[in-house]
Amino acid sequence: MSNRILRALALMVVLTGLYFVARHYHNGAPAGMRGTGSEHSMAPNFSLLDLTGQRIDLSSYRGKVVLLDFWATWCDPCRDEIPHFVELQETYRGQGLQIIGISMDDGPEPVRDFSRRFKMNYPVVMGDADTGELYGGVFGLPIAFLIGRDGRISAKHIGATDISVFEKEIVNLLQSRADASSPHS
Amino acid sequence: MNFPAKFGQMLLSLGAVAIALASTVLAYQASLIPSSRLMNPDELVKILQSSKSEKPLMIQVGSHVLYTQAHIPGSEYIGPASGESGLQQLRQRVQSLPRSKFIVLYCGCCPWGHCPNVKPADDALHAMGFGNVKVLYIADNFGADWVDKGYPVAKGD
Repeated sequence: MSNRILRALALMVVLTGLYFVARHYHNGAPAGMRGTGSEHSMAPNFSLLDLTGQRIDLSSYRGKVVLLDFWATWCDPCRDEIPHFVELQETYRGQGLQIIGISMDDGPEPVRDFSRRFKMNYPVVMGDADTGELYGGVFGLPIAFLIGRDGRISAKHIGATDISVFEKEIVNLLQSRADASSPHS
Repeated sequence: MNFPAKFGQMLLSLGAVAIALASTVLAYQASLIPSSRLMNPDELVKILQSSKSEKPLMIQVGSHVLYTQAHIPGSEYIGPASGESGLQQLRQRVQSLPRSKFIVLYCGCCPWGHCPNVKPADDALHAMGFGNVKVLYIADNFGADWVDKGYPVAKGD
């Protein structure tokens, strides 16, 4: 009798495990790939080199409000947003805003040229497929994340977004108290 | 030449420049692709899932970084078609194919009206004599219009 019960329990464990594996891989897209980068979750950390060769660690900006912008030089809506981001950075830098551009271009040369022409006043790093997957998959551009002083994603904007929306959200986040110190404060 | 004539000449020149610029911009606008050459994502999914339908050659003509994150299983990357290099690769890929070959082009980098890649690719194939080409209509981006709808995806190269 006890052997029978043990076998039944083992079968239940196996079936339960198979169920969760099946859920994880539905339609060929691992659920985990789309689970990160969601609002209220901690913004996944990354460490990437910017166009000047300086290493940019997202975690070092804890205590600041961060606008993370996934973009590319060939993306028209991205190009339209960037001059406004330059203005926002200039206006709110002293209050704790840090914008970081993550270029999804295939190489840095057009990005360097673009950065010079548009006088980008914030760090630009070269992203890749891994960076995109870290944030739940960046399958189109532009995509922007607003990260609060506590390191949590406050908002995610897919596609071109009116700059007034960004500004309103940034002002709200800047007014909230920093919960963690940052070497950049 | 008196001032009014000079002014008129300047206006004409500016007008010509404006038209040239507008033509360049409009040349790659996906919204100019005739609707008869478009295919919705759900239509392509049905074709891919059917055992009877002819399977198209699917070519992603946009960003390689976006392709490696997620693409339609079985599709090939040849792009970006907004540049001459990408167009050359596209022409080389299809050169030896019969002109009746069923081909589906797609990108999904940006909102449809802003995509710089699908129209040049579509134009290039039609110029080569391919008459059975469809462009996958991706309204917002590949994430929203394909991945988030649960359609099949593959990663990597």
